[in-house]
Amino acid sequence: MTDHFPTKSARFPTLRLAAFALALVIGAFASASFAQAQSAVDEGRKLAFDRGKGNCLTCHVIKGGNLPGTIGPELVDIKSKYPKREDLVAILNDETLRNPLTVMPPFGRNRILTEKEIDAVVDFLQTL
Amino acid sequence: MKLRSAIYLASAALALAALTLASTLPSGAADKVDPAADAKAFRKFFTDKFPKVKLEDFVNGPYSMNEDLYRQWQEKEQFPPYEFSLEMGKEMFSKPFKNGKTYADCFPNGGIGIRQNYPYFDEKEGKVITLELALNRCREANGEPPYSYVKDEMAALTAYMAFTSRGKPMDIKIPNDPRALEAYEKGKEYFYTRRGQLNFSCATCHVQSPGERIRAEILAPALGIVNAMPIYRSEWSGMGTTSRRFTTCNSQIRAVPLSPQDDEYRNVEYYLSYVSNGLPISGPGARP
Repeated sequence: MTDHFPTKSARFPTLRLAAFALALVIGAFASASFAQAQSAVDEGRKLAFDRGKGNCLTCHVIKGGNLPGTIGPELVDIKSKYPKREDLVAILNDETLRNPLTVMPPFGRNRILTEKEIDAVVDFLQTL
Repeated sequence: MKLRSAIYLASAALALAALTLASTLPSGAADKVDPAADAKAFRKFFTDKFPKVKLEDFVNGPYSMNEDLYRQWQEKEQFPPYEFSLEMGKEMFSKPFKNGKTYADCFPNGGIGIRQNYPYFDEKEGKVITLELALNRCREANGEPPYSYVKDEMAALTAYMAFTSRGKPMDIKIPNDPRALEAYEKGKEYFYTRRGQLNFSCATCHVQSPGERIRAEILAPALGIVNAMPIYRSEWSGMGTTSRRFTTCNSQIRAVPLSPQDDEYRNVEYYLSYVSNGLPISGPGARP
């Protein structure tokens, strides 16, 4: 009868394989979350430039955008101007709460963008 | 903080002034609609904001806001894009209806050089009558079907009528009739009320932001904006009336447009034309 149970020496590669798999999984998680962040920024940029969505370019100068408008301030150094993420979310949701005379549409209140879309735009704004 | 206390102080002063006024005037006089004062303040707002622009140049819309554009406009006027429509309007205007009458029979002075008096308040009807409305009524009274209010034939006819009135100062009257004052007030309210998903009023763009770029376009000042109607717009690849401008503005801010010549639009045109009194008729116009 041949031994059907693996010998000790034969078990080592299995262990090594498991460790390798674990490393792969960890690596995949790390790069997945990086990729996720990157794709949120890309998505945010797309929304910001899309005429039917955020359309931020219509009023704001934004790096990488063509034919920007001049009604709002240029969108630069956002992270130093608004270190708190929730301040940006609030402006996108309904800037009339802070400034009743603002030209800026209330993207959240009037459902121009979804909560998720606003988050993506904020991710993008924070890279400017 | 300083600004805030200044605002408090100013509002306190205003309240005090209002109280004093209220106690010296008959009751109700303090909140009386005062179109003449409105028009003066409206004009001053724009001349203060754009001290270099001559008053009569505001009627040229975005072209008045920028020297490069002004030059472009002067070049454009050599071969104006509205010329075809204007020629068509001239021909249509003189061609008799099937019953032998013409448009000239429906209007004072044969319809020539009268654009500056429209819209007017009709005291018999109790409503604002625009030039477009008067033209279609003229057609219907003579057994002809009405035209679309937004472009083509209507734009051609009004282009011709505006052209024969070029340079005449806008001259809108508010008769001594509470309904006329109400129409004016309602038009003013519409003009300053935010609407649509984008939450814009007419004033958001044309009072708060004239001269600014909205993408590649330059926003026109509200002062004299109606004096240039109808206009050829490159964006439309054609002519459009005031009705076309109102309805497309409403669509662009994602509001539901009213039907052209709705009472509300007639009232806005009445308000907007009144506060542009004194500025020359420049239509037909050409816009990017």
